[in-house]
Amino acid sequence: MNPKLDLLYRLADDQLILGHRNSEWNGLGPILEEDIAFSSMAQDKLGHSLQLYMLLHELGEAEPDTVAFTRNTPQFHCCQLTELPIGEYDFSLMRHFLFDHAELLRFEALADSSYEPLALVARKVKGELKYHVLHANTWVKRLGTATEEAIERMQAALEFTLPYALGIFETTEAEPEIISSGLFIGEVELQRRWEASISKVLAQTSLVLPDLRLLTPVTGGRHGQHTEHLQPLLDEMAEVFRLDPTADW
Amino acid sequence: MYGSASTHDIPNQATTGLENEDPILLAEFEAHIARGEKIEPTDWMPQLYRKQLTRMIEQHAHSEIIGSLPEGTWITRAPGFRRKMAQMAKVQDEVGHAQLLYSAAETLGKTREQMLSDLINGKSKYSNVFNYPTPTWADSNVISWLIDAGAIVNQMANAKGSYGPYCRALDRICAEEAFHLKYGHDAVVHLATGTPIQRRMMQEALNRWWPAIMTFFGPSDKMSTHTEILMRWKVKMATNDACRQQFLDMYVPKIWEIGLTLPDANLHKNEDGVWEFSEPDWEDFKRVINGDGPCNAERIAVRRAAEENGAWVRRAMQQPQARYVRPLA
Repeated sequence: MNPKLDLLYRLADDQLILGHRNSEWNGLGPILEEDIAFSSMAQDKLGHSLQLYMLLHELGEAEPDTVAFTRNTPQFHCCQLTELPIGEYDFSLMRHFLFDHAELLRFEALADSSYEPLALVARKVKGELKYHVLHANTWVKRLGTATEEAIERMQAALEFTLPYALGIFETTEAEPEIISSGLFIGEVELQRRWEASISKVLAQTSLVLPDLRLLTPVTGGRHGQHTEHLQPLLDEMAEVFRLDPTADW
Repeated sequence: MYGSASTHDIPNQATTGLENEDPILLAEFEAHIARGEKIEPTDWMPQLYRKQLTRMIEQHAHSEIIGSLPEGTWITRAPGFRRKMAQMAKVQDEVGHAQLLYSAAETLGKTREQMLSDLINGKSKYSNVFNYPTPTWADSNVISWLIDAGAIVNQMANAKGSYGPYCRALDRICAEEAFHLKYGHDAVVHLATGTPIQRRMMQEALNRWWPAIMTFFGPSDKMSTHTEILMRWKVKMATNDACRQQFLDMYVPKIWEIGLTLPDANLHKNEDGVWEFSEPDWEDFKRVINGDGPCNAERIAVRRAAEENGAWVRRAMQQPQARYVRPLA
């Protein structure tokens, strides 16, 4: 695949699918303020994905609504981390923490992309992601130093989520060209920065970061291989749109 | 959304109890209100006033969070980016309204935890319309437009009431509701003027929701007594029937204008300018509000699950040694 398309689909699909998952917290948060916060982040992520699908459209791909609402599982390039069900708050918070640290660093780097339209979008997006990371850090530090129960839950969530989080950095065949053309710094460098970034926050808690070298990353998402959770999400998302994809909704 | 007068009518025994209040303080309190001034949390107030307002604001807050559920289920299914983002923002506003309202109610002495506990234990009510299902996207649009419209009629009136914290919350809420109304109207017009599938979906949703909408403002004034003292204290600012008439006057023409029909052959404006309609089924209304509606159990079950699943987070937040983090940039 063309390196620009390859990169943009991965970025856009991550944002769309995690945005969708975050929106499922409506009515279910542990406190009302968290329903509201997850909704804000969901709206931001949907907006980010729309911007990226618009770049794809400028490159000749279909309209954003068509791309987002009519593809099936094998055509999606999100990492598997984003598609997992929301589970309980400990998992959703940990996913948010691990994903958004990577995402902020990713968009900070993309702000210097050689592909100017993407750099422009990234400069806007990184300013919003800063707040997502602040939110995640606030809660991880708080719960990671609170009751024994909370620390145990957050530690278990960290250990469960990490292999999926490592899947964020799965590369594709386009990776060498993405790096050499200056589109993006590449996943290896991003992962290095991410490890430093999450370690710094976790060090301020009672949580213990396992040795990442001993974990097997959950990959496949970047190549269209997904968990059984993605297709039901896509079916639900498209339920109304597919009644008449040509209609104006 | 989503508050309505229909849930907080004063119970029969509530006109009693005033004889125990200090007559001088009571007279001052009433004069204060009569001058159009607001009552603030630290001001003296009769027990009945405190009790009724707590009940009213609390039920309004519950209506916001429970009301976010039937529309919330359509966030994940909203067709297209534009609708998906707007639906999310709209429902988020409603949860924000609950947050504002619980804070307003807390100024009267009842904590948010107590209020939520009363909600899931069935001690405290919420607007009855949310005990009905939203089986299609169009049902969600009907709520966004017409239930929010009804709530605005009610809340604009109550915003001129006597209790300062509630009035200020309502002013902010009404400003956001005005956008919801535009959003709901836009979504309804799109379907009502769209493809045959869309038009049918919208008409069927309207037919389903109309009986509930007609009960939204509560029983007819001739069935509901004891409102005199609440009106004098500016707790209740307009009667159920006055709100219903205002709503019909504002929205029935708009509904007809976009080619939709209403499932009541008797609905018309008479020579005196008063809307006449088939009497809603108040027995059914009572049955549903008392717990036997199509979605009562489901709504409370969702709320209960949220409270139970999130309990560990709230316990952790009360831990004094937890690292306090300033969540600001």
